[in-house]
Amino acid sequence: MHKKTLITGVIGADVHAVGNKILAFALTEAGFNVVNLGVMVSQEEFVQAAVETNADAIVVSSLYGHGEIDCNGLRQKCDEAGLKDIPMLAGGNLVVGKQVFGDVEKRFLAMGFTKVYPPGTSVETTIKDLKEILKIK
Amino acid sequence: MKYLAADFGSTYTKLTAIDAAAGRVLATANAFTTIDTDVMRGFDKALESLKAKVRDFEYDELLCCSSAGGGLKMVALGLVPELTSKAARMAAANAGAKVVKTYAYEISAEEQREIYEINPDIVLLCGGTDGGNKDTVIANAGLLGEIKRGFAVIYAGNKSAARDVEAILCDAGKNFVITKNVMPVFNQLDIEPAQNAIRELFIKNIVAAKGLSNAQAKSAREIIPTPLAVLRACELLALGTPKTSGMGDFIAVDLGGATTDVYSLSKGEASLDNVLVKGLPEPYCKRTVEGDLGMRYSLAHVAEQTDIDRMAAQINVSAREIKDWVARCSQTPDIISAAGSKERAIDEAFARRAIELALTRHCGVLEKAYTPLGEIFTLTGKDLSRAQYLIGIGGIIINSALPQYMLEGGCHTPQNRAFMLPREPLYMQDKKYIFSAMGLLSEVDPELALNIMKQEIRQL
Repeated sequence: MHKKTLITGVIGADVHAVGNKILAFALTEAGFNVVNLGVMVSQEEFVQAAVETNADAIVVSSLYGHGEIDCNGLRQKCDEAGLKDIPMLAGGNLVVGKQVFGDVEKRFLAMGFTKVYPPGTSVETTIKDLKEILKIK
Repeated sequence: MKYLAADFGSTYTKLTAIDAAAGRVLATANAFTTIDTDVMRGFDKALESLKAKVRDFEYDELLCCSSAGGGLKMVALGLVPELTSKAARMAAANAGAKVVKTYAYEISAEEQREIYEINPDIVLLCGGTDGGNKDTVIANAGLLGEIKRGFAVIYAGNKSAARDVEAILCDAGKNFVITKNVMPVFNQLDIEPAQNAIRELFIKNIVAAKGLSNAQAKSAREIIPTPLAVLRACELLALGTPKTSGMGDFIAVDLGGATTDVYSLSKGEASLDNVLVKGLPEPYCKRTVEGDLGMRYSLAHVAEQTDIDRMAAQINVSAREIKDWVARCSQTPDIISAAGSKERAIDEAFARRAIELALTRHCGVLEKAYTPLGEIFTLTGKDLSRAQYLIGIGGIIINSALPQYMLEGGCHTPQNRAFMLPREPLYMQDKKYIFSAMGLLSEVDPELALNIMKQEIRQL
């Protein structure tokens, strides 16, 4: 079967490299074609990589608390680049401080994200969701 | 064994006589290129003047390269500007082409007309990683097919679209070649197959189309584009042969009348700590060609990108005089400034500026970012700050009394610190303009070519 292509990376000025590598490894093991952009990835780089590789979904990580600012506008850039309705997932430590996750999730969904994950989410959850979203049996 | 290397340039046909037994260049000579009638006329004339310098010179083998008739004119098409478009441009430049324009995404009707006007020899069509985006290359193949010009197309894009592209180009009656993708996997380049395809097409079609068949008939070896010969010489000079070591990493700049070529022989690894490398990986041996930077045909473009008033103050002439000289050079490109004249001073200042512009476009860029972990730098492209040598090739650099002044334009200053330009290189020059000849010779006798270059490329 044709493998589904995912773009992964840590957005913004965030340099947390370890989790990114583990996530890319786990997603590859799960049968995805992973294009991992590494750390300090700008929104433009996510979009460009998705266009060039005809990606099926974008998986954004953010660990340093500035995720909300960094992620805002990514959906609009995808629309502009012709990546219509591409699934976008985000996870990590998306915001600073002890905030109720339900509120954070609401704000990210409003920004155009398909799925949002709180800190400590296991990768199996993401894999299960991705398979559902991309209709992989 | 005696070799004769001929470089059919757009203006001059340059000959270099080499004596293998003596291990040196015997003499060089040149004459105007006669592409409109028979290139061999100019060749014979140059040979005559060569024989006046070296009596009874007879050669055993003739080696030729050419940039006559506008050189190998190409346009490159890709998908995303920073990705496959850049890769396509890199592949074409490294094959020795004059890349007139690079396009991204599906081309517009306007751009179709532009390509018609450019009338390239070859179009390199890229886009999409293998298994990636197909729509754009397929659309562009159709749009290229509509352009009523005789260019050949090299397809080096997404392999999954190759079948469709082939059918479209076939229907359009285009001469085409399908080769491997320049970016098969995201951010991984494979530009050699495309380069080979370009070289083969050049030999097969372009040599005859540019009126070089008579020269080809006299030479047992294939005629290659001049920049490719220079690139091969650079590679040999840097890396050496299995027997003799080369001189290591360097940068060379060839400042011509219409274009400026920059060659860097370096991995370009980051010299600072705490640097994150971004963007496409670049080849050890990289060539860029700037079609808008030159000392005659494109001097007006250099002037546009220069602060004329500041330059006037620096070299103590008036801004009016500079503008007049630019106008004269654009009207009569074969004009030569007299040594010691005001015009020569203007030429030298513009050469310095053109070298600065060409090198800043060639080298990597350092950007600062602030993170919660402190200041961090990102590097896109090659870090050439530790390059040991900066070599000047051609034209004004070898004819002026101030070659170092001009070459220094390409070096690091506090104003251009974002660009990873060489900091303290040793300045050298190719006084006899032998790079292309040595590139040709390197295919026959690399040891000899290396030794001659080591003698002839001298420190200033």
